[in-house]
Amino acid sequence: MPDAGSNKGWFASLPNDSVLKTVIVATVLCLICSVVVSATAVGLRPLQQRNAILAMKQEILRVAGLDDPSRTVEESFSRIETRIIDLSTGQIAADIDPETFDFQKASRDPETSEAIPARQDIAGLSRRPLYAPVYVVQGDAGPGMIILPVSGYGLWSTMYGFLALETDGTTVAGITFYQDAETPGLGAEINNPRWQRVWEGKKVYGPDGQVALRVVKGTVNPRAADAEYQVDGLSGATLTANGVSHMVDFWMGAQGFGPFLQRVRDEGGVT
Amino acid sequence: MSDSARKILVSPVIDNNPITLQVLGICSALAVTTQLAPSVVMCLAVIVVLAVANVSVSLIRNHMPSSIRIIIQMTIIASLVILVDQILKAYAYEISKQLSVFVGLIITNCIVLGRAEAFASSNKPWPSLLDGIGHGIGYSVILLAVAFVRELFGSGRLFGHQILPLVTDGGWYNPNGLLLLAPSAFILIGLMIWAIRAWKPVQVEKPDYEIRVHRIEAI
Repeated sequence: MPDAGSNKGWFASLPNDSVLKTVIVATVLCLICSVVVSATAVGLRPLQQRNAILAMKQEILRVAGLDDPSRTVEESFSRIETRIIDLSTGQIAADIDPETFDFQKASRDPETSEAIPARQDIAGLSRRPLYAPVYVVQGDAGPGMIILPVSGYGLWSTMYGFLALETDGTTVAGITFYQDAETPGLGAEINNPRWQRVWEGKKVYGPDGQVALRVVKGTVNPRAADAEYQVDGLSGATLTANGVSHMVDFWMGAQGFGPFLQRVRDEGGVT
Repeated sequence: MSDSARKILVSPVIDNNPITLQVLGICSALAVTTQLAPSVVMCLAVIVVLAVANVSVSLIRNHMPSSIRIIIQMTIIASLVILVDQILKAYAYEISKQLSVFVGLIITNCIVLGRAEAFASSNKPWPSLLDGIGHGIGYSVILLAVAFVRELFGSGRLFGHQILPLVTDGGWYNPNGLLLLAPSAFILIGLMIWAIRAWKPVQVEKPDYEIRVHRIEAI
């Protein structure tokens, strides 16, 4: 744009502080800025989505303990089989292609999700998907560890993560979160590897078959009878910890992967 | 490059440094400097945003209604920051995750708005570009120096490579945990301000109030 005075059109001759010029400048500037911003956002979306998917696979590999820096994510991920489960029956939904299934989208789409009655909506999700992916690690001895996507409302927003279970369908092999907005230093300690390791070896289901695993306040007494169903709390993050407990309760329960995991326990492993 | 142009470019690096003299942009300097790699990306982002924002503001400086001048500058800066954030998410996803909210917070980095308002809105595009780059470099010098100390002595690494073998890995270096916490950046920046002002006493501010000598007179 030329300096003022080099072209004295009607626009340049308007006083800078007149209402008309103020409105024109504001409108034009906003238009230009919005076009630039939306053009970049739309133009870069495919790349960003690919990155997000890679990051998610990386997270699945991490929780499965298959994180190998010498191999690419895709290479390591080839050991993991994705299956789409019909949550109400716990059976594999054979008519859905795991390659194209978008879980986040399906969780919102009225076609593939349903509203959760307020009383049962313990994890604060408002809608539950009818289908969900499970990731099964393929080992030399056949299918093994099961990795389940979980989500639930923490203190500030929904936390997204993965819970890995051993073949028996109840022993926790690991937990990880890939998206959350909890308070750094308090609630965000859910991302602390040391705390995540505390989960390993805990049991999800009690003797009565109900979800018993939860985060307690303070430290778990290792000699207590139900210590294997309890995870140490995070100091200063009671609400986040409750959110994590509710998340486990919801997704391992009848509305989540309960029927699927019941089948796994009955059959002694995924088949 | 003329002398005045060189002065505009070089003076913000030490003589008129935005962090140590003007004490602006401290927030991000505290937050992202635990490691060098994200700091470098943060510095590049700030340099780009500062330079482009300065040029854009300078281009429209003669048509800027004074009543909405700050809003215009903020709109330009905010758009540029979103642009940078989107590009990082597409091409440097890991680092953009580490920088998380701090790229977005470049919007509130006082250096950017400060230069747009103090320099670009009354100077031609070329000097404004130099001023933006100069201040970006001045910011970067301090940021990288802080990040260097924090990463090296806080975790024994530089750019993620182990330089000092840690005790926990069987080495001899016991890392200083304080350096990984935000207050350490405060201390480091304070020490730098001290060092620079000892070297260049011109930068020392006059005290707002003199402490009066109190004498008890013998009666």
